[in-house]
Amino acid sequence: MSETATPKPTETKKEEKDARNSSIGQALLIPSLAVLSGLIIGAIVIAVSGANVFTAYGALFTGSFGSPTELIEGLRIFFATGDNASLVKAIYPFTESLVTATPYIFAGLSVALGFRCGLFNIGAEGQFFIGALCSAFVGYSIKGLPAYIHLPLALLGGAAGGAFWGMIPGYLKARFGAHEVVNTIMMNWIAFRLSDWLLNGPMKASGFRPVTANVLPTAELPRFFADPLRFNWGFVLALIMAYAVYWLLFKTTIGFEIRSVGANPDASKYAGMNIIKNFVLVMALAGGLAGLAGSSQVLGVDHWVGQGFSAGYGFDAIALALLGKSHPFGVVLAALLFGFLRSGATDMQSMAGIPIDIISIIQGLVIIFIAAPDIIRWLYRIRSLKVENTVLTRGWGK
Amino acid sequence: MTNVLELRGITKRFPGVLANDKIDITLREGKILALLGENGAGKTTLMNILYGLYKPDEGQILVRGKEVTIHSPNDAIERGIGMVHQHFMLVPVMTVTENVMLGVEPTKNGIFLDKEKVAKRIREISDQYGLAVDPTAYIKDLPVGIQQRVEIIKVLYRQANILILDEPTAVLTPQEVDGLFQILQTLIDKGKSIIFITHKLKEVMHAADDITVLRLGRVVGSIDPKDATPEILATMMVGRDVNLVVNKKAAQVKEVALEVKDLFVRDERQNLTVNGVSFEVRKGEVLGVAGVQGNGQTELVYALTGLLPLDSGQITLLGEAIKHTTPRNILERGVAHIPEDRQRHGLILSFPIHDNMMLCTYYKPPFARGVSLQAKKIFSNAEELVKQYDVRTPNIYVNAGTLSGGNQQKVIVAREFSRPIQLLIASQPTRGLDVGSIEYIHSRIIQKRDEGTGVLLVSSELDEILALSDRIAVMYKGQIMDILDASKVNKEYLGLLMAGVHPTNTATKN
Repeated sequence: MSETATPKPTETKKEEKDARNSSIGQALLIPSLAVLSGLIIGAIVIAVSGANVFTAYGALFTGSFGSPTELIEGLRIFFATGDNASLVKAIYPFTESLVTATPYIFAGLSVALGFRCGLFNIGAEGQFFIGALCSAFVGYSIKGLPAYIHLPLALLGGAAGGAFWGMIPGYLKARFGAHEVVNTIMMNWIAFRLSDWLLNGPMKASGFRPVTANVLPTAELPRFFADPLRFNWGFVLALIMAYAVYWLLFKTTIGFEIRSVGANPDASKYAGMNIIKNFVLVMALAGGLAGLAGSSQVLGVDHWVGQGFSAGYGFDAIALALLGKSHPFGVVLAALLFGFLRSGATDMQSMAGIPIDIISIIQGLVIIFIAAPDIIRWLYRIRSLKVENTVLTRGWGK
Repeated sequence: MTNVLELRGITKRFPGVLANDKIDITLREGKILALLGENGAGKTTLMNILYGLYKPDEGQILVRGKEVTIHSPNDAIERGIGMVHQHFMLVPVMTVTENVMLGVEPTKNGIFLDKEKVAKRIREISDQYGLAVDPTAYIKDLPVGIQQRVEIIKVLYRQANILILDEPTAVLTPQEVDGLFQILQTLIDKGKSIIFITHKLKEVMHAADDITVLRLGRVVGSIDPKDATPEILATMMVGRDVNLVVNKKAAQVKEVALEVKDLFVRDERQNLTVNGVSFEVRKGEVLGVAGVQGNGQTELVYALTGLLPLDSGQITLLGEAIKHTTPRNILERGVAHIPEDRQRHGLILSFPIHDNMMLCTYYKPPFARGVSLQAKKIFSNAEELVKQYDVRTPNIYVNAGTLSGGNQQKVIVAREFSRPIQLLIASQPTRGLDVGSIEYIHSRIIQKRDEGTGVLLVSSELDEILALSDRIAVMYKGQIMDILDASKVNKEYLGLLMAGVHPTNTATKN
């Protein structure tokens, strides 16, 4: 009856480090295995459809990363003769993948930020549209500005437009308890129809097609290389925003409030936090990030907006946030993955005759495995660590 | 006499923890065995093994002398073992009958539910054991004590002979506890055998035929209730001598810390639950608010701490009338709040201990400079508080949710006491805690009082109110029945007030 429970003071530092490492390890392990499993099952589907798996995945690889032999050959020619045509051709697929990943990063961050506050932002797609339209408008309508003012202004316009679009459902939730899932979906439809009208009316450039005018060169995100490489500063901006979101969430009092409200609204209220303020703030920030996704696409890649401008970036963003465990760095990795898959799929279709939809199947499988990690744990016999689930959204009303 | 259930050498290891270490337990037929132990002693693990939720690493389970293996709750039920959980597993919007038949739905002609048959059986069980449960009532309309009887019926309906009750009295009023003990007596009279898990000493002596005490995953010993005293049991449970009486000096009462006048409060469903309450708390004294749970105490505390708006009335804090009763306005004036529901309001369970240790002051130096969080200061603050308040945790980086209830409460107490406070509002500060933690938290509250802090203590445990308070206010149906000098009251008189009876004869009114 003499002993009492005392924690061992020794080795706690080491244990703690181990615990952290293993939880980071598992955070990466499960998504990696989910991707692997998605590719394996995708291979089975390809095989069943009668195509050659190696040809298909080979094309997927060269389509997303480029062909290593072409790269070496390109480098050789470049250093020997100074002619970079072959080199440009060799790195084109890789840079295109990064171009595709850029809006994914922004939009994924948008949804992830919402998740952290317990909000489910399904409206990233609509916010993307509004952001793109605002940036395009600033980009083509304001003339005579130098690039160092015009470009930031165009980006800011996109962010502000998206933020406004996100703030509306945020305010409706805060003020009236209206659920953000319903309202962001509604805002999406308003955004789609609004853009239809704008592109056929006030914002329509001269000509037959319902598109805007090209943005002025002063509003373009500069490209790193000459045509046809479209790789631009938007990618760098996306990485900077990922770090900014990380810093905001984990290093500031603002982020502490956001995460607290997401994890336990009652305790947050007890601690004196203003829950309503956080809902509006987070929806505005999330909207701004999704708006920047649209801006980066307009200002960096397309330079104009047309109907059906978004390729579903805002909806894929939900999957990205899940895949990245709502962590900004996880979102970047997930966005790169989606960028490579999407961009490689085009080659897979043209070279191996595999429908581009197979990529959607693989993406879908990956999402299922992420959403139900027990499948992966069971498949690969991984012991479960106690990881708490992210709250995606809360019930109706308050 | 036969042993209906025997556990031999049960061992269960979790990563880094030996939850059960060669545990031997015997349940005699027709008897009540009390399994006594602090939180974390391994009681629940052991019962989950018995109920088939965990697989033991070593050891045998014998039912009526025959070794059995139990892989699932269904196995347990088949062997006649039934469990009444601490948190009821009932669907509020369904009737008693529907809840009882969940999982074993009998049908007519293969597709239609045969509710009449079940209802009839429930009436039979109810009559047989004196449970007085109406099978057609909806769960949401039933008081907690009756809901518990529905859980017992569920187990009996499945023809259990061995009943396991996990902390059955934790949610009950004193009257309901008496009722439960009568039911248990009837059950064993009719041949059932019962294991009764608890950490409450007095109940054990009252109700049990045998007592087995667990500590740190091991059986410390068994004792006959006739030979047991609360002191002996507490010593066995905690492993050292425990002071069950709170030592305190006479209160040094100073100026008024909190004055409440004609306070009316509506709860979240807009029912008026606090009906014109007035009182004051002075610095250096403990005002205890006694009363059966659900008589407006919760809403009173919510209103005082800004979690619910005032309907009308006046709150004066340290001489200043409070207009904006927001949580932050109130806590910045030097009010500490130990909330009734520590997991809902007190902690963010998925956050590490160090973040919970600064949950209310994260925006102020030294934890923040501008908007930038100061990790080093946050860590050193937590390290210091963990040491000072004896929080048992491997380190400050683990999530608060991994701590035991007692240690979670210590985190809250440490956080709230570590900032300069003038008034402490403590609501059910020791609910669900073990003896050691209760002793510790009581001594800390008295220490704050002696430092000159005003204390408003709300508790439904009369013993706690009597042990700590200098004055006692009794709440009934949203009103204060009377405020009494704690040194001049007796339990019976308080009991009457708590039941809403106001004796006309003299009381020492303050």
